Amino acid sequence: MKKVSVQCRNIRLAYGNTEVLKNVNLEIQAGEFFALLGPSGSGKSTLLRLIAGFNKHQSGALLVDGHDIGQQEPWDRNIGMVFQSYALWPHLSVWDNVAFGLVERKVDKATLQSKVAAALELVGLSAFGQRKPNQLSGGQQQRVALARTIVIEPQVLLLDEPLSNLDKTLRVQMRQELLALQRRLGITTIFVTHDQEEAMTTADRMAVLDQGVVQQVGTPTELYDEPINAFVANFVGTMNMLEAKVRSHHADHLVLDVMGVGELRLPVSAQVSNLHKKDQRVQMSFRPHAVSVSTAPSVSTDSVICIQGTVQGREFMGESTRYRVQVGSQTLSVDQPHYAGVPKLSTGATLNLNVSPTQIRLFAV
Amino acid sequence: MTINGRSANPPQFRSRPHIGWATVRPGVWLAGGLVLVFLLLFFALPVARVFITAFLDGDNSFTLGHFSAFFSQDLMRESFMNSLYVAVMSAIFAALIAVPLAYLTVRFEFRGALLIQTLGVLPLIMPPFVGAVALQLIFGRSGTLNLLLNDAFGFTLPIMEGLNGVIFVEAIHYFPFILMNLTVALRNIDGAMEEAAMNLGCKGWRLFWRVIFPLGLPGFVAGASLVFVKVFDDLGTPLVMGQTNMLAPQAYLRITQVGLEDPMGYVISVFMIVFSIGAMVISARALQGRDFSTLQKGGASIQRRQLSTIESVLAYSWIGLILLITLSPHLGVLLLSFAKVWSFSPLPDAYTLEHYATVFQDASGMIQNTLIYCGLAAGLDVLLGVTIAYLILRTQLPARQWLDWIATASLAVPGIVLAIGFLRLFKGVTVPGTDVLLTGTWVAIMLAYAVRRLPYALRSCMAALQQVHISLEEAAESAGANKMRSIRRVLVPLMTGGILAGFVTSFITAAVELSATIMLASADSQAPMSYGIYLYMQSVAGRGPGAALGVLAIGVVAIGTYLSHRVVERTASRLAPRKEHSS
Repeated sequence: MKKVSVQCRNIRLAYGNTEVLKNVNLEIQAGEFFALLGPSGSGKSTLLRLIAGFNKHQSGALLVDGHDIGQQEPWDRNIGMVFQSYALWPHLSVWDNVAFGLVERKVDKATLQSKVAAALELVGLSAFGQRKPNQLSGGQQQRVALARTIVIEPQVLLLDEPLSNLDKTLRVQMRQELLALQRRLGITTIFVTHDQEEAMTTADRMAVLDQGVVQQVGTPTELYDEPINAFVANFVGTMNMLEAKVRSHHADHLVLDVMGVGELRLPVSAQVSNLHKKDQRVQMSFRPHAVSVSTAPSVSTDSVICIQGTVQGREFMGESTRYRVQVGSQTLSVDQPHYAGVPKLSTGATLNLNVSPTQIRLFAV
Repeated sequence: MTINGRSANPPQFRSRPHIGWATVRPGVWLAGGLVLVFLLLFFALPVARVFITAFLDGDNSFTLGHFSAFFSQDLMRESFMNSLYVAVMSAIFAALIAVPLAYLTVRFEFRGALLIQTLGVLPLIMPPFVGAVALQLIFGRSGTLNLLLNDAFGFTLPIMEGLNGVIFVEAIHYFPFILMNLTVALRNIDGAMEEAAMNLGCKGWRLFWRVIFPLGLPGFVAGASLVFVKVFDDLGTPLVMGQTNMLAPQAYLRITQVGLEDPMGYVISVFMIVFSIGAMVISARALQGRDFSTLQKGGASIQRRQLSTIESVLAYSWIGLILLITLSPHLGVLLLSFAKVWSFSPLPDAYTLEHYATVFQDASGMIQNTLIYCGLAAGLDVLLGVTIAYLILRTQLPARQWLDWIATASLAVPGIVLAIGFLRLFKGVTVPGTDVLLTGTWVAIMLAYAVRRLPYALRSCMAALQQVHISLEEAAESAGANKMRSIRRVLVPLMTGGILAGFVTSFITAAVELSATIMLASADSQAPMSYGIYLYMQSVAGRGPGAALGVLAIGVVAIGTYLSHRVVERTASRLAPRKEHSS
């Protein structure tokens, strides 16, 4: 099967006065497993439906394999979509559901038989052809929906929140199966999710959307480690944010006035960009697990930033314990790995939080 | 109540499935028993009596002789075929009207949706026989339409001739049953169902035939079978139109003219029940296990499209035409009620208020009768409805579902059959302490109404009770209210809307009931409005006052419908859970 790329160029879409997609640009490589991640109302589903042809953009271009398909009707696009609700037709058997698209394509009977059988085999439902969709479990329905879509050998596979209707254990299993299937077929796949874990575990690359704007595109690691703004930082994983102000800017370091903490010297590195002007308000950020805790007082150096705080409460999460630590007027989350027999910190304890400058990001406010 | 009192008397009865019926309290048994006695005495036994009588010989032995006698009479065979023909054709014509309308409203951006919604209540607010006379004046041989056609083009349409007329009247009256059922079915289809088909390469007519139509089919079948039953059982329309060679009129004529002993009335009743049940079974089958209302939370129904200009013109013209035809009985009745003279002319020659004066003078008793009979019947229905709903949903009374089944089964029993059953079962029974025959009093009419309309009230009450989550009662109980007090302080206030809606629905549908009334009203002084209209319409001179009375009846019913609609809307919005935010 030929692998094709998908490109969105300056795509805009509005319903009346509500702009749903604002100048969306995306380059999705041939054969890539690409995730669209965002909160509800971010426009991610709208973008997916636009690629399928159910929504039409007002300006911009949608290119599949280099051809603009913006004017094509959904039934002419050969882009398969698996719907969030699966949308299996209740009046048709599993077999007839899967055969539906082939019938539309006027495939001859023998080919149809073998293709439908192969598709059902692929998703492990060969024995269920004569059942009606409502006689299947959620996971099985999901597979039928998948078989129904891939049987037509679409150029691009679209998945709209494919795992949201499954329970947790099934979800983990299905996402591995989905990924394996995608790798086997090599089909360019775009899937929409609001679950960052789902996106990070499966996608080759992902785009984070908010309010109709693509915030950042990259591999899951890039987005997690180098979020471009506070929104992405918070949406992909958890991030501590400390309000701060740039005091002064020097060749090798930056002096920050962190609210309620005092002045901090931060070495200028690739991570701490020097775009921050004097008196610029910034958010100093780091991940909860990037903190190591010591009870003995320590001093900031070029290789470690030290902040003092008081334990306010804790949540035991199994592999780690998350402490809420009051720092000045602000509250931080601090994750410490948990081992059997190691005592937990108690509320009211005073702590030193040590963070390596390499783990710190500054975001302009 | 003190804390001690509370802990000493914990709520003893919890309606949990795992608690056996040994824990059912005496009060529950009593309530269930009373309901059962009512249903047996005034519904099951009369109908059973009719059924049995059809199979009994003069010496009370089993026979099929009445049935062979039935089929050996030309008139009976003809009546049977006519009734079938009329019912089938009415359903077909009703479908021809309703299907395009339903599809238009669901599929396209369309402004007439409210109007079409309103069409849905037409069969409720005016029985077809009222409009039949008016339609004669509009579409009849020398009616408005044919006079105009004859003047302009020199030909006429035999719309109202013979059985055509019955089919026409019934189809334009009952098509909303198909319209409403189909519209709901189509509305509830998840838009993704259609999009998935488009995504796989399906479009246009193929999309309609392969996906949308099959998904809407159960709704269509349910509506069409309802039309079939209603038409098959209708007595008033054929009588008013003089088409007596049909089953229901034959049963009526046999019983009233030959007498209660004539077996043909019972044989016909058996046919009517069998066909009703058959149609209901088909409709239930169509809907069972095929809950195609696939719309999910947060999902959107089928996408609406913009109509092109030409399409809009066509769509609106079609709807305009349908509306004009369906509203013509109403317009006709209104015109007729003000018409001084109206014959051989497109519109009345002169207008007058005389008929209303006549009606108020002569028929105020009828209006009063309607209010009394229907008010009492609806009250009884609500009382029974709440009791049955409570017994079924909140108690472990054994075999409680039977109460629901028996009560609902009365939908399948035509009014005329129930009335014959009353006459037969209570033959010679007098009101206690007097020598007045029970079937000779208005109480029989009222009871027939109550039995016939019980399913409507029961549905409302069941729905109302289902909306009240049991935890609301449990919260009241754990806050210290005992069973009766939590029913009074929590359950009943929350159910009020549904109870009222049930009352009004029972009331208005009882107000237009003719077939049972016509059999049971033994004196003109007992006649309610529906029967009064029928009596007036018998003579040419009575048409004006009959129409005026019809307008009043429509007014009463329309106000009632509107009120019940308002109550339901308000309750629904009050009780609906807050919509959660979904993507």
